[in-house]
Amino acid sequence: MGQMISLSEISKIIDNWLRATFNPTWTLIIEMVIAGVCVIGLFAVLGLVLVIMERKVSAWIQIRLGPNRVGPKGMFQSMADTVKLLVKEGLTPDGADKFLFNLAPLIAIVVAMLLMAPIAFARDFQMWDINIGVLYVSAVSSVMVISILMAGWASNNKYSLLGAMRSGAQIVSYELSAGLSIIAIVILTGSLSFNEIVHSQVDGWWIFKGHIPVLIAFVIFIIAATAETNRAPFDLAEAESELTAGFHTEYSGMKFALFFLAEYVNVFIVCAIGATLFLGGWMPFHIGSWQGFNQVMDYIPSSIWFMGKTFFLIFLIMWFRWTFPRLRIDQLLNLEWKYLLPISMFNLLLVTAMAILGWHF
Amino acid sequence: MSKGLPLWGRFGGGFMFLINYIKTVFSTVKSMLVGMRRTGYYFTHHKEIITEEYPDNRETMHLPERFKGEVVMPHDEKNEHRCTGCTACELACPNGTIKVVTKFDITPEGKKKKAIDKLVYHLELCTMCNLCIVACPSDAIKMAQTFEHSVFDRSQLTKVLNNPGSKIMDGVE
Repeated sequence: MGQMISLSEISKIIDNWLRATFNPTWTLIIEMVIAGVCVIGLFAVLGLVLVIMERKVSAWIQIRLGPNRVGPKGMFQSMADTVKLLVKEGLTPDGADKFLFNLAPLIAIVVAMLLMAPIAFARDFQMWDINIGVLYVSAVSSVMVISILMAGWASNNKYSLLGAMRSGAQIVSYELSAGLSIIAIVILTGSLSFNEIVHSQVDGWWIFKGHIPVLIAFVIFIIAATAETNRAPFDLAEAESELTAGFHTEYSGMKFALFFLAEYVNVFIVCAIGATLFLGGWMPFHIGSWQGFNQVMDYIPSSIWFMGKTFFLIFLIMWFRWTFPRLRIDQLLNLEWKYLLPISMFNLLLVTAMAILGWHF
Repeated sequence: MSKGLPLWGRFGGGFMFLINYIKTVFSTVKSMLVGMRRTGYYFTHHKEIITEEYPDNRETMHLPERFKGEVVMPHDEKNEHRCTGCTACELACPNGTIKVVTKFDITPEGKKKKAIDKLVYHLELCTMCNLCIVACPSDAIKMAQTFEHSVFDRSQLTKVLNNPGSKIMDGVE
């Protein structure tokens, strides 16, 4: 295919040059450093972009203008916010458990970094193509709750503790239905590797190929992903009106910024996973036998396809946030245990039957 | 469910439960979609935005008709107002904002007639409750749409509403 310069080619050129210049050990170390720097850079960019996106989306949905003073149309607002957070004092309260208090935001951000590893950002462009990518992501993402519990406990503040406990109950419950809806795709694909899941969608994304059961799984996944990232309408862990700021009440300055960044990066990651599993990852959009149309779609770089789908899902989650009111804790658990879980179990049965009988395309 | 029910009753109960369950799910999804449609409409229709960029749009700013900024007394081009000095506004004011100072004019027929000398208005005490305007029998005062009332000295907020040398309009009793 007549691809121009692509991300996978750039990475290959760098890899070849490093292999020719250094011995294999140093090549590996340098490549790890480059990947680390790229991830940190991506984090910074994501933080800036998603914060301004959220503020603009929320403003337009609430019939407001949103930030419009810093830079053209207020586009540099999040940079100003970042500078503000950087120069603020990172206070550690007197009664807090100092070690755990300072460790919690680091765990939050490290978990977010670990989750970046198996994601396929473009064609043949993946940090770590492990054969259990889906399992790895669902396992590592559950470590997130530890950082929240740690922050809530170490703060020595009743609001923080309440927020952390709610978050624990919430994430433990919603991981079930998120996992079951992911398993629906794993059943259809027969693989846990992100790369193979994307390649299985070359003749159509699962959301089109899988009929209604996959659509239901997708909806459940989006709901559970919103809950797992502690975003409204499931933001009980923060619940400004009840708990001031929930688990990060006592955090300020860069320590708060790390939690804030981790939240947005997690939103990006769950949306990237949703896009990979249900919307074909970096696969371009093809319609059956329309050769010309398909070639035009192929011409769009795969990284653009991936980012476009991911940002579409992020927009969807932001749309939820600014439309629905927050649930009460009992309503939250009712929704999971009485509705989402039974529905996704039944749905899993349908998907399994579909996969065995070969009813998908 | 009670033990006495026959088998079909139990089955029917379970069946009704399932129907209600599915109904709940569908009505919930439907109501969520209605809400998202509304917010999606606002997201895509920026003409609905109600934010006023205040200091920038001072010239073109649009205030609603019912906005209550301060009490003023309109005068016509002959410097005439409609106030008879009846003190209804002073009596209606809950916090003593208005003080009517009256005098007696001599009409051409040689009769004495009550008129206002000054209508003193304390903007710093006013809560913009509109009771004086409602109480006024001759529509002499109304609420203006000005709102930039900050001054450096409190005495500047005590205003005399009738213009100097003004007199009552003909035909207003």
